[in-house]
Amino acid sequence: MLDTLVIPLLKIVVLLNAILISVTFMVLMERKVIAWAQSRLGPMRVGPYGVLQAIVDPIKLILKEDITPVKADKMLFSLAPILSLVPALVAFAVVPFGGDELFYVADINVGLLFFLSVTSIGVYGIILAGWASNSKYPLLASLRASAQLISYEIAVTMTLVSVILTSGTLSMVGIVEAQLADGVWYGFIQPVAFVLVMIGALAETNRVPFDLPEAETELTGGFHTEYSGMRFSLFFLAEYANIIVISAVTALLFFGGWLRPFPNVEALAFLDIIPGWIWLFGKIFLFLYLFMWIRATLPRYRYDQLMRIGWKLLIPIALANIVVTGIVKVLV
Amino acid sequence: MATQSAPIFDTDELVINMGPQHPSTHGVLRLVLKLDGERVVDCDTVMGYVHRGIEKLSENRDWTQIILLTDRMDYVAAATNNLGYCETVEKLLEVEVPRRARYIRTILAELQRIGSHCLWLGTHAMDIGAMTVLLYAFRERELVLDLFEEYCGARLTYNSMRIGGLPLDIPSGWDQKVRAFCDVMETKLPEYEELLTNNRIWLERTRGVGVISGPDATALGLCGPPLRGSGVYRDVRKDEPYAAYDEFDFEVPLGTQGDTYDRYLIRLEEFRQSIRIIRQALDGLPEGPIMGKVPRLLKPKAGETYHAIESPKGELGYFIVSDGRATNPYRLRVRPPSFCNLQGLKPLIVGHLVADVVCLIGTIDIVLGEVDR
Repeated sequence: MLDTLVIPLLKIVVLLNAILISVTFMVLMERKVIAWAQSRLGPMRVGPYGVLQAIVDPIKLILKEDITPVKADKMLFSLAPILSLVPALVAFAVVPFGGDELFYVADINVGLLFFLSVTSIGVYGIILAGWASNSKYPLLASLRASAQLISYEIAVTMTLVSVILTSGTLSMVGIVEAQLADGVWYGFIQPVAFVLVMIGALAETNRVPFDLPEAETELTGGFHTEYSGMRFSLFFLAEYANIIVISAVTALLFFGGWLRPFPNVEALAFLDIIPGWIWLFGKIFLFLYLFMWIRATLPRYRYDQLMRIGWKLLIPIALANIVVTGIVKVLV
Repeated sequence: MATQSAPIFDTDELVINMGPQHPSTHGVLRLVLKLDGERVVDCDTVMGYVHRGIEKLSENRDWTQIILLTDRMDYVAAATNNLGYCETVEKLLEVEVPRRARYIRTILAELQRIGSHCLWLGTHAMDIGAMTVLLYAFRERELVLDLFEEYCGARLTYNSMRIGGLPLDIPSGWDQKVRAFCDVMETKLPEYEELLTNNRIWLERTRGVGVISGPDATALGLCGPPLRGSGVYRDVRKDEPYAAYDEFDFEVPLGTQGDTYDRYLIRLEEFRQSIRIIRQALDGLPEGPIMGKVPRLLKPKAGETYHAIESPKGELGYFIVSDGRATNPYRLRVRPPSFCNLQGLKPLIVGHLVADVVCLIGTIDIVLGEVDR
């Protein structure tokens, strides 16, 4: 009873709260990082250096009027934000924050597969949001989104196959342990896969330079144009939760998760003083920062260019990567 | 049709309304786009949302009162509007403007060009998704506005010129500040270029987008950077020099492809040429009066005149008719560069994707206050 129900439930409660709180602070971090990149200060009014902005923003969003357009499909309109957020949160179930059983909700033997399938559901939220709004700009955006997410989904999944080949397991914990056994982070032996996953991650989370579904300046906000108040912020939460989960997975698969640098070099053993979850958090932060940095720097791709990159560049490279990994695996 | 099998899916064209409330129509431009998927098959430009009847108002205003109406046309480049109007009236009155005034006018006009181009660069890049460039460009535009504020007290609608000269001489030390600004601007231009010029995404988004040939551009009556981007040599500053432009050495950048990227490169080069002109003008700034001999009562003799200047957006012309009896124009007509360049929008847009529409609105650099007047 205690082991099968209470402790997992407690873990889920802690994890959910941690995610939601970190999302609000991540929004603050993004605003600050981009502000500094643009020689501004960012939020400065609420609390010292604007740190309380992270608390004030959600309160504002909750208090805002929730508008449902008259011509919208009421049921789908309410369902869409939920469909968008829930998969993003569920995906955290298989993300281990440390090697010990205390640090993950579940270590299922097909963890990576579970992650991929659950995050794929999120696209329904975006498609339905655009469709249910019964408005032209969101419709265009949701068509873009479905095409984009599906094509990049394929590229990312193909790429991850090569990681699975290298580690020989689909379990997230297993993949990190395999990196410990091999004595190297997979980012170094699978650099191509790492770059592909990063590009795919940008596209799947609708971030610049692939933020076409929400393209503020083209589609006036894209699929969430008609949303307001808390429903809008659910999309917001989903987007940021997705970014965090994909950063975490990238850190786990390619940067050794909770392992210190050069996990088998004895001379660096003093680094073990720092607990594993701090290593992992540091790596996640690095990726989050990378996402923000890219957003501050790059313009946006056009729809056709985005599809071209996905189908003509990423997928062939991913396939070639699988072949090369397979050959190396057989030979070595 | 009876002979054709009915399509399985309904393939109607989608008509969407872009603007007048849209983040990237630069004001209140409204485009009615007919889309086939994401491709634009037809485009209808609707305007008039900020029509204030400036031309008609001018018929009931004193000659000098009109200067402040011209501020409100291209409100991001008020000084060049003032310049064009004042020079036209001076031509009508046959008034000689002192050399010092002409020099200062040139400096103001070129500062204004830098300020206006900063706004164009920022919004154009923002439309394509590069948000940092906007903040960078506005940072430098702020410096231009500060200089104008110090000169005439206003930051947007300057009312900075008078018929026959200038209302104010430059404040002491102002020329040094302008020089310092030129130095700063020169170091900031590479920052913009670093973010955009060789950026692969920027190249893909702008190269080959909105191509227009030189003859087509001329036939459509385009002017300014959109015309020069197609390789047509036309710059009023060179062809019909006004103010003190005939005394300065500068180049007119020309494009070769006539696409959005060329227009971008041309405007960036114009930043440099403007800095060059300002420096020459400051070096050779003559002493002397700033107002010419203007009669107390402005009453030009009956006649009409047309005079054009090169505003940041293109050829800004004023056509004024005086009946010789009143102290106001009988008719005033403006040839606004934004309006003429807007003619080119439809041929540029048709056949492109929705994402290119915002990019093309940005590249022709329109200000709706000037389109509608």
